[in-house]
Amino acid sequence: MKIIKIIVLVLLVAFVGIQFISTSRNLSSTVPKTDFMLVNKVPTTIQNKLQISCYDCHSNNTGYPWYNKIQPAAWFLEDHIKEGKAELNFNEWGEYSDRRKNSKLRSIISQIEDDEMPLDSYTLIHTDAKLSEDGRTEIIAFMTQLKNDL
Amino acid sequence: MRKLKKTIGILTMTLVTLTAMSCKDGKKEGAAEPMSNEMHQEDGNNQDGSKQMANAGSNASDAIIDNYLKIKNALVADNQEKAAEAGGNLVADFDDFDKASYSSEEQQELTDIIEDAKEHAEHISESPMEHQREHFDILSKDIIDMIAITGTDKKLYQDFCPMYNDNKGAQWLSASKEIKNPYYGSKMMGCGEVQKEIN
Repeated sequence: MKIIKIIVLVLLVAFVGIQFISTSRNLSSTVPKTDFMLVNKVPTTIQNKLQISCYDCHSNNTGYPWYNKIQPAAWFLEDHIKEGKAELNFNEWGEYSDRRKNSKLRSIISQIEDDEMPLDSYTLIHTDAKLSEDGRTEIIAFMTQLKNDL
Repeated sequence: MRKLKKTIGILTMTLVTLTAMSCKDGKKEGAAEPMSNEMHQEDGNNQDGSKQMANAGSNASDAIIDNYLKIKNALVADNQEKAAEAGGNLVADFDDFDKASYSSEEQQELTDIIEDAKEHAEHISESPMEHQREHFDILSKDIIDMIAITGTDKKLYQDFCPMYNDNKGAQWLSASKEIKNPYYGSKMMGCGEVQKEIN
């Protein structure tokens, strides 16, 4: 009994302790000229879908959920966002060469086709980010067109 | 008094836990350096003498082509691990590539190609096989475009499989004339045709 008490206490203190470890936050109030929506003519419906389903991890500005400051959730988020941005940053679209745009578009299409993006762990909480069958078809058609026009 | 001891004990344990955790920040960064540079035996069934040329040639793109062909051979053999290993080595090759001897226009083009190709090599080094193949498709295009600029001493065959990627087709390079399809491996080894001979 005593040992359980100690363990719980240790965990509790550790939990409080890790709250002091800060994480870098992905926030930006400006949208650069190189943003995907500014470089391309994107229909509003698709703009909205991309904004809701992709931009949290694939741009310089994340709409953080309420638990974003609580560790260890914050680490988990930070990691995902870092990885997501390294892979594809919609804000930097205009800086990509045509060759890379082509690669990125191909990956976007294949990820959405295979239903791998948005991540399940993301849509679990952001239920509105989950793409419907129609939404997916729409985005894939748009991205394919963009790729063919390169 | 006992209580104080206990509290101190708890705090110490917590501190140790935290210290241990903060150490993980170092992460597993840095691609695994190529440990083995030994020649790949599976490519040994090529009749031509490209190996000797690779050793003699000073062409900077040789190492890139070698590792590219290793990925290709691994995918032909449905071997995810070997493809991943060669992919990791290829990333390092791209970093080592020296563009200095090319014109500024060519350098720009090479920068674009390498930037893109490196990403595909990175993905190949850490993905399941179907993804490796998708990235290998685009990587092949990059390598073909790179060779168009850099040239190579090697005898290469540019092959084409019309079925891959929903019948959009995909190219690849091989050192041997015989078709061995890296996109389907054992499922459809013979699918494809030689499009062009390089050298």
